[in-house]
Amino acid sequence: MASGGVEDEWAVLMRAAIEGDANAYRRLLVSLAPVLRTVMRGKCARLGWDGGEAEDIVQETLLALHLKRNSWDVDRPIGPWIMTIARNKLIDARRRRGNRSTLPVDELADILTTEGSDDAMDRGDLDRLLGKLGERQQSLVRSLSVEGRSVRETAERLNMSEGAVRVALHRAIKALAALYRGEGQ
Amino acid sequence: MKTEDLINALIADLTVSKMRFRWIFGGAIALGAVIAAVLFHLLIGVRPDIGQAAESARFLFKFIVTIGLAITAAGLLSRLAIPGVPSGPWRWAWLSVPVLLAVAVLAELVAAPASAWWPRLLGSNAKYCLSLIPFLSIGPLACILLALRQGAPTEPGRAGAVAGLVSGGIAAALYASHCTDDSPLFVATWYSLAIGVVVLAGYIAGSRLLRW
Repeated sequence: MASGGVEDEWAVLMRAAIEGDANAYRRLLVSLAPVLRTVMRGKCARLGWDGGEAEDIVQETLLALHLKRNSWDVDRPIGPWIMTIARNKLIDARRRRGNRSTLPVDELADILTTEGSDDAMDRGDLDRLLGKLGERQQSLVRSLSVEGRSVRETAERLNMSEGAVRVALHRAIKALAALYRGEGQ
Repeated sequence: MKTEDLINALIADLTVSKMRFRWIFGGAIALGAVIAAVLFHLLIGVRPDIGQAAESARFLFKFIVTIGLAITAAGLLSRLAIPGVPSGPWRWAWLSVPVLLAVAVLAELVAAPASAWWPRLLGSNAKYCLSLIPFLSIGPLACILLALRQGAPTEPGRAGAVAGLVSGGIAAALYASHCTDDSPLFVATWYSLAIGVVVLAGYIAGSRLLRW
C-alpha cells in the first residue's frame, strides 16, 4: 500500500473535501486513481484478467469511496479505509464475473489491444450500467462527466435549476452503485 | 467512460457532509433505547416490588449481563461498521457475557436444591420473555440498521447480527426490570433464546439492507 507520506496527504485532502473543498477533492481522486489502478492491475493479472477489468474495478471503487466518504473516521488513518473498500469491490467483481458467462470470442481483439498499452481503458461496465438509467439522467451524467461541463452549464443546457441538477446527479450516482450491487447477487 | 470523466461527476456531486458516522451511530443507539424504554413503560413497566428486588443479587445480575451485552456488542459493531478498522479486543469482549452467565448458572446449581432447578428454569413468564424481548428490540434494531447504512460494513450479515445483539441486550435489560423470574437458569434459557431470535432477524435484515 502507499507510503505514509501519500496517505497523510490523502487524509488532509479528504478532510478538506468533507468540508466541501472541491479542489482538494479533485486532487485526492486524481492522486488515488493511479494507485488504485496499479493495485487492481496486479490483482487482476493474478486472476488472469486484463487491464480493462482492472479499470472497471477502479471506477467502482471510486464510486464507493465517494458514496461512503462519511464513514471514514477523520481521526483514523485513511489508507486501511481506502484499501478495505477497494478489496471489497474486487470481491464483488469476482462474484459478478463468476455469475457472468465467459467472454464472447470477438472481444478477444479488444483484450489484446488493451493489453500492453498504458492507457487506462475500461471495459465499459459503467457505461453499460449508465445505459440502464433514464435518458434524462444519462445526458445529465454525461454532461457532467464525459463532456466536462460544470453544474451551471449543465443546468442551462437541460433547462433545470442548479439545485435540481445536483439532486438528479446524486440520485444517478446512487442508482449506479445500486446497479453494481444488483449484478453482484 | 474514462476514469477521469467519472471523477468529474463525483466532484460535481461533492456536498458538505453534515454528520460524521460516529455521531449517527451513537445517536441511533440512544434513540433506539429511548423508543424501547417508552414502549416498555406504556406496555408493562417495572415490577411493583422493584425496591425490594434491587437488593437481590440475582435481580441485579440480570442487568450486568444484559447491559454488558449491549455495551460490548455496540463496541464491536462500531468497528464492523467502518472499513479497515481492526476489531481488536472488541471481537471477544461480548463473549464474556455468556461466560459470566455460565458461571452464574453453575453457582445457581450449587446454591439451589435439585428439586428447585426445573421450576426456576421454567419460571412463570417464559412466554412473555420470548415475545416481549424481540418486540422491544424492533425499535433499536431498526434505528441501528438505518444508521449502519450510512456506514460501510464489509460483512453485512455479521454487522446485522451484532446489531441484533445490541438491540436484544437493550430490550432484555428493560424486560429484566419487569420480569420476576430472577434465576440465572431462567435468564440463560429464555433471555438467550429471545435474543437469539433478534440476532437471527438482524442477520437476515443486515444481509439484505447493508450491502453497498
